Amino acid sequence: MMDFLTNDLLQLSDSAVRNAIPLLLACLAGLYSERAGIFDIGLEGKMLVAAFAAGAFSAIAGMPIADGGWDMGAWSVWIGLGAAIIASTVFSMIHAFASITLRGNQLISGVAINFFAAGITVLIGQYWFRMGGQTPQLRAGQRFEPITLPFADSLKDVPVIGDIYFKLISGHNIIVYMGFAIVALTWWVLYRTRFGLRMRAVGENPGAVDTAGISVVKLRYSALIITGILCGLAGAYLSLGTAAAGFGKDMTAGRGFIALAALIFAKWKPISAMWATLLFGMLEAIGNKYQTVDLGFVVLPGQFMQALPYILTVVILAGFVGKAIPPKAGGEPYVKER
Amino acid sequence: MSSTTNNAGRLDAAAPAIELIGISKAFGSVQANKDISMVVAKGAIHGIVGENGAGKSTLMSILYGFYKADSGSVKIDGVLTQINDSHDAIAAGIGMVHQHFMLVDNFTVLENVVLGAEDGALLGPSLRKARKELKRLADEYELDVDPDALVEDISVGFQQRVEILKALYRQAEILILDEPTGVLTPDEADHLFRILRNLKAQGKTIVIITHKLREIMDVTDSVSVMRRGEMTKTIATSTTSPEDLAEAMVGRRVLLEVNKKPAEVGETVMQIKGLSVTDVHGVQRLKNVSFELKRGEILGIAGVAGNGQSELLEVISGIGAATSGEVLLHGEAIDISPKANAGMRRQRGIGHVPEDRHQRGLVMPFMTWENTAFGYHNEPEYCGKFGLANQKFMKQDAREKMERFDIRPPIPQLVASHFSGGNQQKIVLAREIERNPDVLLIGQPTRGVDIGAIEFIHQQIVNLRDSGKAILLVSVELDEIQALSDRILVMFDGVIQGERLPEDTNEGELGLLMAGVDPETKS
Repeated sequence: MMDFLTNDLLQLSDSAVRNAIPLLLACLAGLYSERAGIFDIGLEGKMLVAAFAAGAFSAIAGMPIADGGWDMGAWSVWIGLGAAIIASTVFSMIHAFASITLRGNQLISGVAINFFAAGITVLIGQYWFRMGGQTPQLRAGQRFEPITLPFADSLKDVPVIGDIYFKLISGHNIIVYMGFAIVALTWWVLYRTRFGLRMRAVGENPGAVDTAGISVVKLRYSALIITGILCGLAGAYLSLGTAAAGFGKDMTAGRGFIALAALIFAKWKPISAMWATLLFGMLEAIGNKYQTVDLGFVVLPGQFMQALPYILTVVILAGFVGKAIPPKAGGEPYVKER
Repeated sequence: MSSTTNNAGRLDAAAPAIELIGISKAFGSVQANKDISMVVAKGAIHGIVGENGAGKSTLMSILYGFYKADSGSVKIDGVLTQINDSHDAIAAGIGMVHQHFMLVDNFTVLENVVLGAEDGALLGPSLRKARKELKRLADEYELDVDPDALVEDISVGFQQRVEILKALYRQAEILILDEPTGVLTPDEADHLFRILRNLKAQGKTIVIITHKLREIMDVTDSVSVMRRGEMTKTIATSTTSPEDLAEAMVGRRVLLEVNKKPAEVGETVMQIKGLSVTDVHGVQRLKNVSFELKRGEILGIAGVAGNGQSELLEVISGIGAATSGEVLLHGEAIDISPKANAGMRRQRGIGHVPEDRHQRGLVMPFMTWENTAFGYHNEPEYCGKFGLANQKFMKQDAREKMERFDIRPPIPQLVASHFSGGNQQKIVLAREIERNPDVLLIGQPTRGVDIGAIEFIHQQIVNLRDSGKAILLVSVELDEIQALSDRILVMFDGVIQGERLPEDTNEGELGLLMAGVDPETKS
């Protein structure tokens, strides 16, 4: 039993955290957008372009000049991250322009972004690298490396606490720690700052914001810029912070939609979003670890185990998990009466 | 007025609080405001009356910076002021209480007050300051509201106070209220007027937009009348009368009283016995309601909105189901289970003019000739060969109905949303009355309807009564109930609180019944 706790459970939790991070960042991205009253089903697409931009630019930045690269060494990964944030924010601004300025249908704009991202990443990837849409395998300096937290090595042999500290808390890359910090930051912004108050208000009743003398348009654009940045982090994590070490075609694999489900599950609250995405991360970890599960009377196939996060998504979206009331003005373009 | 204005831009104590000069505004081809000039003295309560669509709200929205005028200028305290958005208006000391409150429902009162008037990037200090300030304002102006209550949990009367508090918190010197009493009980309205007089005593200037002439006479010092985008006159309230104002609004003499002869009441047409309704949340909306409806009478049901009147209409009209009780038509029980539907009622000769015409009375994006047939579209005359709709007849039928009910413009191909509130209501009335029902259920016949049309609609209802039909009238407008009804039932909290004859009662007594108080014992 002790063995299960110290080994299996810790290992599962550790991969749950790794799996949860891209979901968490995308979920928080969606939170900013939807709290401001703009539905965003384009999280998937934004993550995908971010993952591509991160993989591609980190690879190019790290290549020797002779090969057409920039030979930036250890800076490469940061170039990749910057490119991811820029790419994702550009896409977010397309969505903003369509749904705020042009008052278009937010779902259609989101769908368009997803399709566009799926196509353009492979197209440019093939044109640049000729590897079937993939980007070159990233080497050290081109990806985020695990960080060993202070004292982790010396505490490693202390029972339980040392195990937890060394195996679960220490040894993740910078984006993982940023992800959790952003949860706290988001909570603070949302409930303790003027910007948060206004953003929550504009998602509920933009008329109240407008008549209070605040620009609805500026507020919503600001929220979507944050959405772009966070999706950029999420995408960069996929290609720079996981074992994939590079971009692969459709590598987001529906995570943007799972993040959306987690957002609904979390009722648009940041702390709950963290727990919701950790739950999804845990399911994914279980699916990966236990390929088949023998329950005695029935053997669950590996495909079923791997489908767990998706099954949970469907269950949540079908409304089985309590009533989730979205921000009231969500999806509606703001038009002054008449 | 030029003697009081000050072109040097300095404050002038004698300058009027508001001076609008030649304001014009068009929406597309509709000229909402035509060259309007208006002066409101400092410390006055000024009323603006006019029919729906006369341009009152547009004018005030321009003053509040919500819309931008095509031409004209605004002077506040004698100083030429450019108001481009609400931010500018607030800075100029103007506050507005909109007809549809601009509140965030899931925010607390405090958060709503602070929104947009925060002192810094962090909320904490602003909220603390606002809490203190709200307490002071509450004491000063009878504006008590729990600062930590969620807006969605408080009544509309309190929500309106939050709107006023928002304006005062922003140090508004001029307060504009758009149709402030539309959603209030008579008691809440009285409270509001006390608050307004209080504000006036403190030197604030108040502009109140309304279509209720009685309120204008009660509370204002001066009044401006608008008609079709123009300001037809501005006058001291003490020198005018409701009749004069109504004439100025409509452009002709209007009967404010309903012209009707005594009812010739016949036999009982409909009996309601022990009707109860429990809604999906388990709340009992209707509690053991019984009454009878006779031929040739208008039975008025008075009450503040939300006391069971809507549920009563829904059950009788077949839209909703009853939990228990019976409804008898000509002595025969009709189906009030969830299986019933509105079409079955219409076949039995029960017409229904729903309370919410946008939701239930009309299909807004559909054309008039479709709307004049809906609900009866399966009747043989509307069905042509092979059971397809006989469009030609439907259009002809619509044209005739539009003519008889003076629906303007009389074009059957126009969609319902194109018409004014009064004309929309006439479309619904034409459809229901022209089927010659034995019983007509009417909810809020004149909600959002202009004065000219009210007169017409009331006359149609009385005519139907005189032709020997039974009419059940539900209205939250006590004036309307008193003017039209031959018998009045007052509903409170799902029960019939009392029955009165209009000639034997008065507004005071009915108001007490509406508040659930027994006028005899006052408890």
